[in-house]
Amino acid sequence: MASVKNIFIPDRYVNQIVPTNGFTTLLTFFTSASMAFLIVFSVAMSFAADRLARSWSDSLANSATLRVSAPTADLDSQTDAALHVLSKTKGIASFRLLKAEEQQALLEPWFGPKVPINNLPMPRLISIEEDENGYDRVGLRLRLAAEVPSAVLDDHTRWREPLIKAAYRIWFLGWLSIGLVFFIVIAMMTLVTRAALSSNRKVIEVLRLVGATDQYIAAAFVRKFAYRAFFGSMLGAFMASMTLFLLPPEADQNAILTGIRLEGLEWSWLIVVPLSFFVLTFLTARISSLSILKSLT
Amino acid sequence: MIEMESVAYSYGEELLSDLNISISQGSFYFLTGPSGSGKTTFLKMCYGSLIPTSGKLSVFGKNLPGLSRDEIAFLRRKTGVVHQDCQFLDHLNVADNIALPIMVSARNSLSDNVNLKELLNWVGLSHRSKALPPELSGGERQRAALARAIIMSPDIILADEPTGNIDWEMSQRLIRLLIELNHMGKTVVIATHDLNLIRFTKASVQARVLRISNKSVQLAGSDL
Repeated sequence: MASVKNIFIPDRYVNQIVPTNGFTTLLTFFTSASMAFLIVFSVAMSFAADRLARSWSDSLANSATLRVSAPTADLDSQTDAALHVLSKTKGIASFRLLKAEEQQALLEPWFGPKVPINNLPMPRLISIEEDENGYDRVGLRLRLAAEVPSAVLDDHTRWREPLIKAAYRIWFLGWLSIGLVFFIVIAMMTLVTRAALSSNRKVIEVLRLVGATDQYIAAAFVRKFAYRAFFGSMLGAFMASMTLFLLPPEADQNAILTGIRLEGLEWSWLIVVPLSFFVLTFLTARISSLSILKSLT
Repeated sequence: MIEMESVAYSYGEELLSDLNISISQGSFYFLTGPSGSGKTTFLKMCYGSLIPTSGKLSVFGKNLPGLSRDEIAFLRRKTGVVHQDCQFLDHLNVADNIALPIMVSARNSLSDNVNLKELLNWVGLSHRSKALPPELSGGERQRAALARAIIMSPDIILADEPTGNIDWEMSQRLIRLLIELNHMGKTVVIATHDLNLIRFTKASVQARVLRISNKSVQLAGSDL
């Protein structure tokens, strides 16, 4: 209890008892800053991957494309038949035949602009939006097979699922990275505590001589580490948020790393990360120092 | 106050054995013996820095080997210790070093316990309160160590060769402070091999002399 009190209540003596070593102070501070930077960035990446997965899952889940590929002579009649079938199918909110310009726009990324689409044997594409109840995919396929054999219904499942899986893998890797960084923080604090106690044996001897308990001695060390880690991680989180601001906006389709950002409550991670550092370094340093002090007779 | 029954201490090889002694409140003891005879070990056992390998040692009525680490720390707050090498925190000034026992005992205010300025004045260090320990002379360091040892108003003062590194004039000054404390009712135990110091002290106070030889402690006669 006294140890916790010493952490939060300013006490000039507790703060001064352990001499400040410039090198270890800077090392702890900047290591914490770097770790916090990585964590905030990983968090932003995980949230971006999650948003991407949900976006692909939600926006494309309710849409499908019907492709009518028939000889030129039959193309119009087959298209009309397909539109007729769609109009009679329950669960379809809307459907629309794509215009030639829209199809040209779809081909533009591969063939460039001004493709003479009229001279090519292009299939007709019908965009389908289902209503909240959805339509019977198997039933529609069977009807199309019977009435419009040249029509192929593509509900995007084939390529949507691998993308969603990939996005969730990135999401998982992001959180795994966060866990690993926190593990490194624990390892770092254990080593720093051990080094600090070992290089301050004389301080420990004097404190024991005047009646300091192990909890008091541990608090004097832990307090320093916890504050250094806290302020370092605040700097790291701030730098990470600045970097996220500087990344290209999502609308910029020509840029890479678009969409890696924090939104709404996700910004609270900028507070959660330094606080987690404080709690983690406090607990790690306290457990390590008490364990080391117990072994020092 | 300090009771030893068949106490022994061994560092692998037995250093002290069959110690039987009782040190009562308000008494003044010298502990003598050749270098390496176990004077420091004896004192360290008295403030719980070393635990006897066998026998019963009780301080303030508490059996030392049975105490927890925290209980030993609390016991040290009632025991003032002066070392030959003083042991200060070199990055803190003299005043802060002297106040250290108060601060580690989690008392918030110095004024509740003792007036630090008066204490500094008593040991003649008021003008050196802001100096760092390495800047002090040997005598000043010993007086600062004594001030630190008594700031908690302990019942026992244990001093290990307190005059070992200082001149005779400064030794006299220090011993007068210890005699004054003894007159206030404090128990004083001083480990020393300085016979002049013992003679000087015995002129002012009824001091007993314990001699460590052949691993055991005996009360010395009046020949000293």
